[in-house]
Amino acid sequence: MDQQKVSILIVDDEFSVRDSLYNWFKVEGYRVDTAENGTEALKKLQEGPWDIALLDIKMPGMDGIELQKHIKRIDKTLVIIFITAFATVDTAVEAMKDGAFDYISKPVDPDKLSVLIRNAVNHRRLVAENIQLKQKVEELSLQDEIVGESPQVKKIQELIEVVAQTDATVLIRGESGTGKELVAQAIHAKSNRRYFPIISINCGSLAEGLLESELFGHERGAFTGAQYKRKGKLEMANGGTIFFDEIGNISAKMQMDLLRVIETKQFTPLGSNKIINVDFRVIAATNTDLEKEVAEKNFREDFYYRLNVFSIQIPPLRERTADIPLLAYYFLGKYAKSMNKKVTDISSEAMKILAQYEWPGNIRELRNTVERALVVVGKKDRIEPEDLNLHTLSKQDSTEIESLEDLEKAHIQRILERNNGNISKSAEMLKIDRVTLYNKIKKYSLQR
Amino acid sequence: MSYIDIVPIGKIEEATLISLKHSLFQTFKIQTRIRNRPIDLSPVYDPIRNQYNSSGLLVQLINDLAPETMKILGVTEVDLFIPIFTFLFGEAQLNGPGALVSAHRLRNPFYGIPENEEMFKNRLLKESIHELGHTFGLIHCFTLRCVMNTSTYVEEIDQKSADFCSACEKEILRWRNGNLTD
Repeated sequence: MDQQKVSILIVDDEFSVRDSLYNWFKVEGYRVDTAENGTEALKKLQEGPWDIALLDIKMPGMDGIELQKHIKRIDKTLVIIFITAFATVDTAVEAMKDGAFDYISKPVDPDKLSVLIRNAVNHRRLVAENIQLKQKVEELSLQDEIVGESPQVKKIQELIEVVAQTDATVLIRGESGTGKELVAQAIHAKSNRRYFPIISINCGSLAEGLLESELFGHERGAFTGAQYKRKGKLEMANGGTIFFDEIGNISAKMQMDLLRVIETKQFTPLGSNKIINVDFRVIAATNTDLEKEVAEKNFREDFYYRLNVFSIQIPPLRERTADIPLLAYYFLGKYAKSMNKKVTDISSEAMKILAQYEWPGNIRELRNTVERALVVVGKKDRIEPEDLNLHTLSKQDSTEIESLEDLEKAHIQRILERNNGNISKSAEMLKIDRVTLYNKIKKYSLQR
Repeated sequence: MSYIDIVPIGKIEEATLISLKHSLFQTFKIQTRIRNRPIDLSPVYDPIRNQYNSSGLLVQLINDLAPETMKILGVTEVDLFIPIFTFLFGEAQLNGPGALVSAHRLRNPFYGIPENEEMFKNRLLKESIHELGHTFGLIHCFTLRCVMNTSTYVEEIDQKSADFCSACEKEILRWRNGNLTD
């Protein structure tokens, strides 16, 4: 906040005090005015915005304490400082409990006044910044990233609105690439926890030991390589939301540990004996058939019921083809802007290909396709069929496969299909570990 | 011819006043002279605070100014105050003729350390230029080394220089061009 623009209103019934402070602040470069009683002060406060008000406690008629109450009704953010004689210090302390910023005793030490005003200006600036940031968060939370007009999408949007107002645990289900994380973010953004962080963790992409340290954090020296103390994601999510992606892929021990944390809202970091209390909302997502996993004793039943309080099922893109043009144009606008391209349209032939394609990788695949098309579109102002590269993807077992990557993608897809999407079996057959397989599934937008 | 008048209030060493006179002329490029005026300290003395009311003193100082007096600077050894503040190093009229500076809190012995005459003279000069600067319309400056930077304790006076920054210097020059013919 520029000192030249900071405005100070001095309210005191003694002329000498008003005059002295007026001159003092004037040469400091502040915009300054005076009022000799509460009524005059309120009139000036209603005429325009002020940053700081210095109020005398003892004034004939309306005293400083009463004036503060009236001021708070006009402007809650105004910084109020009381000027008090030694005898009224107790009253000033009481006034601070009602929201005054500070008080200063008469006669005032010039240095103390100077520091106090500097602090008040900083406080005012921080409050203003905080209000701006909250408005920004509100605006962002209103921006609906879940695009679509189909009845299925409308239903999901309704469910998000309903569940966001509660603190219930949510289980989001759907194929890979359907936008489960986006739904989790939307729930968080519309909830009362929106000013706190949403922390995401992909449970499937981390080996068990690593997942444990990521979630719980660790003390220095807790294990080989733990050179520094590190805060876990559970602690980072305090006040906000924690989003467990691929929850169906965590070990039995981790299921038990997490169940305990969710129940008690307490945990102990690795290598520590200090219990940490946390408060977060849990949202989990999976594309695994959890009921089947429970029946086969691969997933704890109590953990399943703890997660499945409120369930949202996201349909695959092939079941809501009406949304494909909307989504395609949404991604076109988004990426054209970020790539600074003047592409504004998709030809009807290209759109026909997009609408007819199966989209095994769902929205993520559509997004990647549009993004790639914008890279190869050159100087054209619209996307044509040759920019889409969908013919090779839809015929993965044909002779049109050219690159090593296409070959790898097609092979992994075949193995996954052969094993009915079972990651462990597919990884074993491919002779790679589960984490690598997860990363490749994500990279190629493969369907399990 | 227009002058900056330096008026001693109470007992001030002549050497200090002469040194101040030369330095103020160097800074403002305006003829400076030492003038004795009858100032009565008794009506501005507050026995409870054992201090002298600065504003009351300033009123006496600017009363009945000589036509050739453009600015007047009172220099005193007494401790100054205004009712709201515990003390003042000095006071001035923004864009007015009068300024006042107190040497009382500029001397090291006030803070329990041995006297340093050179340091005292520097502080008195800086505060005199600072208060006179207000009479030329200058407000406090954010430039740390500028003499118009605010000082609420004595160490802050030591940290700044006795010179104006380029922006304040320009303001003084503008004032001189608009108000001085000789």
